Amino acid sequence: MLWVVSVVALAGLAAAALSSLVLLAIGASPWATFVTIFTGPLRDSFTASEIGVRAVPLVLVALGTAVAFRSGVLNIGAEGQMLLGILACTAVALNAPGLPWPVLLPLTLLAGALAGAAWGAIAGWLRARLEVNEILSTVMLNYIAAQLYTFLLRGPMIDPDELMTGSGTPQSMRLPRGAWLSRLVPGTRLHTGLLLALSLAFLVWVLLWRTTLGYRLRAAGAEPRAARYAGIRVERSLVIAMLVAGAMAGLAGAVEVVGVHHRAIEAISGGYGFAGIVVALFGGLHPAGIVPAAAFFGLMLVGADMTQRSAGVPANMVLVLEGLIILAIVSAGMFVRNPYAQERTARLVRRLFSKGPPAPVAAAGPAAEGDP
Amino acid sequence: MAEPIRELALCGITKRFPGVLACDRVSLLVRRGEVHALVGENGAGKSTLMNVLAGLYQPDEGRILVNGAPVHFRTPADACARGVGMVHQHFMLVPSMTVAENVALGLSSLHRRLRLDLEKARRRVAEVSDRYHLPAEPDAPVWQLSVGEQQRVELVKTLCLGARLLVLDEPTSALTPQETDDLLERLKRLAAELPVVFISHKLAEVKALSHRVTILRRGAVVFSGDTAGKSTAELAALLTGHEVRPVRNEAASGDGAVVLAVRELKIRADRGHLAVDGLSLEVRAGEIVGLAGVSGNGQRELSDALAGLRPVEGGSIRLDGEELAGEPPRRIIERGMGYVPEDRHQEGIVPSFSVKENLVLKDVAAPPFSAGPFLRLRAIEEHAAALRDRFDIRCASTAVAAGALSGGNIQKVILARELSRRPRALLAAYPTRGVDLGATEFIHGQLLALRASGAAVLLVSEELEELMALSDRIAVVYRGRILDVVPGREATRERLGRLMAGVEA
Repeated sequence: MLWVVSVVALAGLAAAALSSLVLLAIGASPWATFVTIFTGPLRDSFTASEIGVRAVPLVLVALGTAVAFRSGVLNIGAEGQMLLGILACTAVALNAPGLPWPVLLPLTLLAGALAGAAWGAIAGWLRARLEVNEILSTVMLNYIAAQLYTFLLRGPMIDPDELMTGSGTPQSMRLPRGAWLSRLVPGTRLHTGLLLALSLAFLVWVLLWRTTLGYRLRAAGAEPRAARYAGIRVERSLVIAMLVAGAMAGLAGAVEVVGVHHRAIEAISGGYGFAGIVVALFGGLHPAGIVPAAAFFGLMLVGADMTQRSAGVPANMVLVLEGLIILAIVSAGMFVRNPYAQERTARLVRRLFSKGPPAPVAAAGPAAEGDP
Repeated sequence: MAEPIRELALCGITKRFPGVLACDRVSLLVRRGEVHALVGENGAGKSTLMNVLAGLYQPDEGRILVNGAPVHFRTPADACARGVGMVHQHFMLVPSMTVAENVALGLSSLHRRLRLDLEKARRRVAEVSDRYHLPAEPDAPVWQLSVGEQQRVELVKTLCLGARLLVLDEPTSALTPQETDDLLERLKRLAAELPVVFISHKLAEVKALSHRVTILRRGAVVFSGDTAGKSTAELAALLTGHEVRPVRNEAASGDGAVVLAVRELKIRADRGHLAVDGLSLEVRAGEIVGLAGVSGNGQRELSDALAGLRPVEGGSIRLDGEELAGEPPRRIIERGMGYVPEDRHQEGIVPSFSVKENLVLKDVAAPPFSAGPFLRLRAIEEHAAALRDRFDIRCASTAVAAGALSGGNIQKVILARELSRRPRALLAAYPTRGVDLGATEFIHGQLLALRASGAAVLLVSEELEELMALSDRIAVVYRGRILDVVPGREATRERLGRLMAGVEA
């Protein structure tokens, strides 16, 4: 365990060193930048609460991704599934403004989840029936969803006020209050979606490790041949996994609408659909890893915004740093699991630190082979 | 040519892994003119020792001497340059390339800037195959060759790359009896020119081929000496640490009712041809029927179809009179069909799942292992603990990943799962292939016990000794049909060998 921690720490340091070079090259102070990214958001309660706001959709998307990946479906389509969820929940909430909140809110969230599930199921069904590669289908469905989203927000679903005032911002009408998630901490944007995300993390854990359905999903994902041999219907598993993954992504979109923005706006997904995949992998495809991983990503996202303001480093540059850090930690994880790579490195280290000239390599004599 | 290796000595090799002493002061001396057999159960330290010799691992202690001079192998390339040639159990050939191209892959001296000097590779192949009596056609694509020929190409390749000492890791595990005899003959001749280390589980081959034998048990040498001085039984006792009595099917064969009846079965292979073409076979209650045949004669397709994993083109499969052809796997499992598949690592178990999870792979959705949608972990745990004891599954805990176990223990996990379900009929495909002696003995015992309990057992195997020891009747399959059925007691190696080659008796 100590060994693992030290390898990961070493990799983190290496990433920090590389990032420092990048920062020096653009004339920023590495120390100040790192301090801002990692401690800035924690200095006051508002920015700290923003970490939670960012983490909620990340947790939801990552949970769905974990279910899909564990079931053997590489779902890259969370972004599109999120957009469909946003559209559906907005449409439902706007068309039923008179309902009391205990009915309207669950209905709105359910609509988001169902739309996401339906969008995900398309890819699942194509894979199960026609063996269409799910990476291809989910990425294509992302494109379609993005265009559909833009079309609806600029056309049929646009807020009539925007047309009247002529500003034409592509956004929907404001949702009725009955569809809003309440604020968890007054004066911040942190909403009860956080509790929903945490409960779902627990439920996903129960699903995967405590139910027969989860067992069968994991078996089908880990070794489809063995699963089929044991009488598990692998194709059915694929579709179920995509339904769950799509529902979680759709829910992430819906929660983002009813919790934060209260209307569908452009660029609302904020790349959560892709970052969520990274969070899922970073968290070891396990809810207990995904929650802290999402918090870590939330911290970096908020920190990136702050760096732009306080340390004068463009937020895009912070993304570069984040990329480096994630790469380093993931590589360290793989290194720890690879005994051959460890043995090679150990040998290299020994040679570097051994006193005197390196021992002669036995094979390094003149090539005595019969080759010309 | 470089200086030949007259003598290779491993002196006091010790290698530790966290928590394991894999090799404990192991010494081994191999000389030109002799075949040195290295035997040991799984986990005895053979692979570690050979990885040290191949330069993959560095020993913690001990030295390697070639012709009396100490050498250090830091990388596999070092070992290769010093003339250590490894022939691995799984062939390291690119099937779509020709023999010469495969050889050229490893000879960097033939790589010109943008092209390959294939002519030289061809000449090299011809030279080596001539000199060592290993016929190999340089321009034949590897995929067209039989397994035995591929094994020969593997030897030729290793020699072309400059091997002056050969290490063969279970070279006969995929060969037919005839191919095995042929290979042993050639190895005997090769040994006159260069030292040969022969790693095998099969003591009959060790007896037939080797001059000297070293036996490893739990990382240490328990015997090293002339092969001629020990009988097979004595070697087996040294290997396992206890007396080994060969398991035999001595009971009179019952004439129970027909349990499994296959009639005029037709099944297509992946490539589209009829791999099983009008095969008929019956297995009675309390009977073991051996299915002998060179692999690739329809065994895999037949096994798949019996388990519901491959569509049936025509004919019928009946279990206790009920039609199973074309039914999904779930239905066939529920009817009482057990299956120990050929590919135990990817079909028999989910490798990343724990041992206890694998033990309920077929029954997870039924009581007592689940209640409603929820798993009952306690029941799964207790089930695993009981089977672990009963089937002698050696694992640190039933929570470890099944894929991390040795082949023999993986097979015990599969057997435990299948037998604990009390099958009406069991199909066991190559159940002891690559499994060590102790586990083989155990598996054979279990199959006989299942027979005694009144189940029908269909045993698919290439091991003639295994088939003859266990089967009441032996059916020989050739090109997707049963060529002949021989009573187990009347079967001889020669007769079965002829039938397997397609010669009708």
